Amino acid sequence: MNVQSLSQWQFAITCVYHFFFVPLTLGLSVLVAIMETQYVRTGNPVYKAMTKFWGKLFLINFAMGVVTGIVMEFQFGMNWAEYSRYVGDIFGAPLAIEALLAFFLESTFLGVWIFGWDKLSKGVHLAAIWLVALGSNISALWILIANSFMQQPVGYSIENGRAVMQDFGALLSNANVWVQFPHVIASALTTASFFVLGISAYHLVRKHQEDFFQRSFRIATVTGAIAVLLVLLIGHSQAQHMVRTQPMKMAAAEALWETADPASFSLLTIGNEAERRDVFAIRIPNLLSLLAYNRLNGEVKGILNLQQEYEATYGPGNYVPPIAVSYWTFRIMVGAGMAMIAIAFYALFFVMQGKSLGKIKFLNLFPLAIALPYLANTAGWMLTELGRQPWIVFGLLKTENAYSKSLSAGQVLTTLVLFTLLYGVLMVADLYLLRKYAVAGPEKVSGLGKKRAARTTEEESYWE
Amino acid sequence: MDLNTLWFILIGVLYTGFFVLEGFDFGVGMLMPFLRKDDNGRRVILNTVGPHWDGNEVWLLTAGGATFAAFPGWYATLFSGFYLPLFLILIGLILRGIAFEFRSKDENPRWRAMWDWAICIGSFIPALLFGVAFANLVRGVPIDANFNYAGGFWNLLNPFALLGGLMTLFAFLMHGATFLSLKTTQNLSETARQWAFKLWIVTVVVGVAYTVFSYFELDVVGKLGVNPGIIPITAIITLLLAGYFLRTRRTGWAFIMNILTIAFATATIFFQLFPNVMISSLDPAFNLTIYNASSSAYTLRVMSIVALIFVPVVLAYQGWTYYIFRRRLNEKGESLHY
Repeated sequence: MNVQSLSQWQFAITCVYHFFFVPLTLGLSVLVAIMETQYVRTGNPVYKAMTKFWGKLFLINFAMGVVTGIVMEFQFGMNWAEYSRYVGDIFGAPLAIEALLAFFLESTFLGVWIFGWDKLSKGVHLAAIWLVALGSNISALWILIANSFMQQPVGYSIENGRAVMQDFGALLSNANVWVQFPHVIASALTTASFFVLGISAYHLVRKHQEDFFQRSFRIATVTGAIAVLLVLLIGHSQAQHMVRTQPMKMAAAEALWETADPASFSLLTIGNEAERRDVFAIRIPNLLSLLAYNRLNGEVKGILNLQQEYEATYGPGNYVPPIAVSYWTFRIMVGAGMAMIAIAFYALFFVMQGKSLGKIKFLNLFPLAIALPYLANTAGWMLTELGRQPWIVFGLLKTENAYSKSLSAGQVLTTLVLFTLLYGVLMVADLYLLRKYAVAGPEKVSGLGKKRAARTTEEESYWE
Repeated sequence: MDLNTLWFILIGVLYTGFFVLEGFDFGVGMLMPFLRKDDNGRRVILNTVGPHWDGNEVWLLTAGGATFAAFPGWYATLFSGFYLPLFLILIGLILRGIAFEFRSKDENPRWRAMWDWAICIGSFIPALLFGVAFANLVRGVPIDANFNYAGGFWNLLNPFALLGGLMTLFAFLMHGATFLSLKTTQNLSETARQWAFKLWIVTVVVGVAYTVFSYFELDVVGKLGVNPGIIPITAIITLLLAGYFLRTRRTGWAFIMNILTIAFATATIFFQLFPNVMISSLDPAFNLTIYNASSSAYTLRVMSIVALIFVPVVLAYQGWTYYIFRRRLNEKGESLHY
């Protein structure tokens, strides 16, 4: 293993790990803010208890997202110095703006929210959690503006062998941002909704705190159903955008070797990646053209044709991303998404009927469904980043020219192993705490159900 | 003044903000296991920085982001060159960040003791290594013709740099103890003040050693003249005043003096660097400067507009949080989160 591949592994592991926590932070901040809004509007203490219970789980998750995010910001310079020099003029700006506009907002007001329960008026305290939600989601916007430049470079020129910003507005209005950002935000809300649904179902099955968890279940069902539907619709336009701007990624995700019109959609392909051919394939005629253009015909380019085309444009080289990974991550993402749509609308059906939710069939399976958004989020990012290979910035800079020249393989191996070990240990601690508080329910966290004066209850909750 | 200079100053300001703010929560984190052995006492200590530490840390993230945006060449060479120290700093920041949030979420004493040490060590590593890094920056490191760092890890641990590390370590410990004394009452406040004074003595000793050493290691006289100028002298005076105020129990004033000392010392370091951002010990032609390492004029202009609008906004709301959480914490009957 050389410096490049070790750095790629390290980036992949730390990035996937970071993105394990981020979607829940983005989505749950909004759900908790909605719950506290309900509390401030109605004065009903059950909403306050909900804010505190879900807020506690939010905080445990938030901490993991924050600390693993610092690694991401430093890693560009640490492991990808040549990349940083090449695109720094463009890529650094959204990162700096992310810190200045978003990180300060979310971190500062999270402190205010945690410690401000008995120091602030209800309205100001509510504003704090909304600012946290706003800050988190703004940070997603700026990092995706940066990432979109890697997918679809815009507003630049090449001067002295590096990319130089020509138009800041073009970075912001990059079409890729406006399919990717809504997709991530909607996925994040979906993640949080399934998280709340699963834990609420766990308690509803046990007939525990039914009022509390029925309300939680309802809020999560409604937001989850809307969000997952948006994921589908935006994901569809994102795929169409990909066909236009990164056809190779789509061809790899579909294991489409030859350009076809109309193009068929692969239901199942077992391929031989080395020889670039199918071993076994079931395909649905015309469906890929339909997905790409909303009509039955239309040319979708194939891997072999694109390889020839890119060789003509960019010179000799291998322009084919890892096909099996692209193909299967695409299917895992879409498959998990379809399953979530079914589950969310199944739940919505019962919620709309207004019946007691404890009687929903298969309710005991809902906790397992928490895994679905995580599968989809992880697979989605792997497709986005691996499907772009061999490019680190599409069409401009290859990954093989981007790593830090001053590093030795031994250094990167050391940090790779230590990061992985530390992250493993922290994951155990994180899951332990999440499970402990989720299973314990609101009595432990929010003091709900205890026969005490309100004031004492509140202090009790801080002492745990 | 051109935009390159403005951004050099702005990054200096961001690091100053980071050292002034996170400096005291590093100090509080390191002192916590030594000042109190009982769980409640430790919780009170942690809760003095509870609402602030995360926001304080963003100053570092913003400094890093601003370096990337304004001086990508500096960001690339520095972060890849100081690879292992930065890795250790990251490990420290990860440990303490998680520990703050996780520590009090389980009652098992071994669980709590484990995270207490994670906070202590996680604060110690960056407090030491930031000094090491900045001392190396002003001393110069081997940078080759491609602007890549060409030394190893051990090269960075030279005696001068280690002394710089001790400098930030003890300054932050003193700063943290002073903050703790300000934010607590009775016995804990008094104990913290006594620690702060003892740490002040060590800081002065290390500071004198560092200053003397720097005349041998750096071209101080050539750079600043025989009279080093108002900025380093102010740093020395405010450091001496901090000891006086600690001694006379005027902790608020001592804290202000600490802030000024850290700010003027950071300014001194940036003055010693200017107009370089990294000095090559191999050949001055390989120095990274605010011109050859910078972004384009257009990017600097965009970033200047963003910074001039939002930095004051951030200062305003972060200042407000110090106002609402200004009350001292008592060891009895306090409602604590951490």
